[in-house]
Amino acid sequence: MSGSGGGADGGGGGPPRATGYDEWVEALAAGQGFYLACSNGHGSLPPRRVCPDCESRDLSEEPLPEAGEVVTFSELHVAAPAFADETPYVTAIADFGPVRLTGVVRGVDADAVDVGLAVGATATDPREGTDGGSRRRVVFDPR
Amino acid sequence: MAARVLLPHMSRASGVRVAGVGLTPFGAHAGRTGRDLFAEAALAALDDAGVAAGDVEGLDYGNFMGALAERQGHQAPLVAEAAGLRCPATRYEEACASAGVAVRAAVQTIRAGEADVLVAGGMERMTNLPTPEVTEALAVAADELFEVRAGVTFPGAYALMARAYFEAYGGSREDLAHVAVKNHANALDNEYAQYQREITVEQALDSPTVASPLSLYDACPITDGASAVVLVSEAYADDNDLDAPVAVTGTGQGADRMALQDRAQLARTPAADRAAEAAYADAGVGPADVGVAEVHDCFTVAEVFALESLGLYEPGEAVGAARRGETTRDGAVPVNLSGGLKAKGHPVGATGGSQIAELTRLLRGDHPNSDAASDATVGVTHNAGGTVASAVVHVLEVVE
Ligand SMILES: [Zn+2]
Repeated sequence: MSGSGGGADGGGGGPPRATGYDEWVEALAAGQGFYLACSNGHGSLPPRRVCPDCESRDLSEEPLPEAGEVVTFSELHVAAPAFADETPYVTAIADFGPVRLTGVVRGVDADAVDVGLAVGATATDPREGTDGGSRRRVVFDPR
Repeated sequence: MAARVLLPHMSRASGVRVAGVGLTPFGAHAGRTGRDLFAEAALAALDDAGVAAGDVEGLDYGNFMGALAERQGHQAPLVAEAAGLRCPATRYEEACASAGVAVRAAVQTIRAGEADVLVAGGMERMTNLPTPEVTEALAVAADELFEVRAGVTFPGAYALMARAYFEAYGGSREDLAHVAVKNHANALDNEYAQYQREITVEQALDSPTVASPLSLYDACPITDGASAVVLVSEAYADDNDLDAPVAVTGTGQGADRMALQDRAQLARTPAADRAAEAAYADAGVGPADVGVAEVHDCFTVAEVFALESLGLYEPGEAVGAARRGETTRDGAVPVNLSGGLKAKGHPVGATGGSQIAELTRLLRGDHPNSDAASDATVGVTHNAGGTVASAVVHVLEVVE
């Protein structure tokens, strides 16, 4: 429950496993981002057994569109401990068509982020190698 | 959004009366346990009702983060014991709407004829944790995988919604500052409020940014506190000659996709739309009947969302309501005469019960701000969980 926090010295070796999500975020990091499409064309993200829009259980992995568009964002000045070293940072929701993603915007001044900004999505681990667990997170790069 | 269709139901619900209410002062209660806070509120509610603890048949209790703040789970029987209640007790957890759904459960149980006397309410202890840990604990109400790991905090989530609202409808930080100023002014005479002091629009606008476009004075404080209400059947009230002029006549609850990214839109709160529609239909009233409202202003912009979901304003219109003086104490429909979460404080698991307590006192005439609601016979409470993935609305009416 407190998996995102506790800091690097939390002793837990990273957040708890989240099968489905973990594979999804690893794929995003490898440039193989995907989403789940139901037989009626609704998009969703794993782990899923059923489409949250139409109850279809026929879900297939489809490539995530390469470019998204920021629909809203905020520059955060007060963060939870896991992000304490990074404030201020910008978190945004970006629309990729069949799905929207939430991520940290990097590589651009906060003042340059605006609704409509075109971004690509990947995933990084800011503490790569510091412990056994993955803390990969969704990040957006302006494109 | 299309106009609501409100079914002219018979009011099923005049059968549940608010017999008594109790609160702790909201604020910092250094060192005090959650069980002691809830006991104070529950005993005050029983005294207010004139109901003996031995008559209470169940406790419906809200708490959100007790396992993080006090390392205490399984709280319901613990706090029941502390309050001298020897009855079945159940904890409800729906983030900041925990006590709202606890009250709803009690109303439904009494209506179903399963009980005549129940205590509902909640407790939260928060100030014992440092602010970063409170921030982390509150974020547990968001989607851990898709939101929290992407840096979303509770203020951050409402900031994402606020910007979406501004993009869709307009409005400004100054509009929101007027909400904060109004709610602080309302709290001045409320002895239970955490902040009994006025602020100015300039102070609000100049306060430090927490999550743009929201600043410190857009946010409710971190609060310890507890709330309790004694709900009884009409038959019990009659048989025991209770002075209980206020009834819960409508209850409604709604849900939405958990993560903001999965919502059809971010500038509205459909879960609260659904909760309001259900509660109004249940009570057989509509928005035009509402004379006073206590709504979930965990952030100033949340009051705006609430007023639009309650049908008191069209989409895009509520952001200027406080600035125009329509929701101030002299306005047509005063909103958050208690001071709201913003100034009264927000012990998250207690808030839904405190809204019922404050509104009951406003309607029955013994609240310091009752004079501002003297024409009101119908009031609503709006209690939201997380970023309104859950919402519960109650209609209270003066029936005697
Ligand atoms: Zn579908």
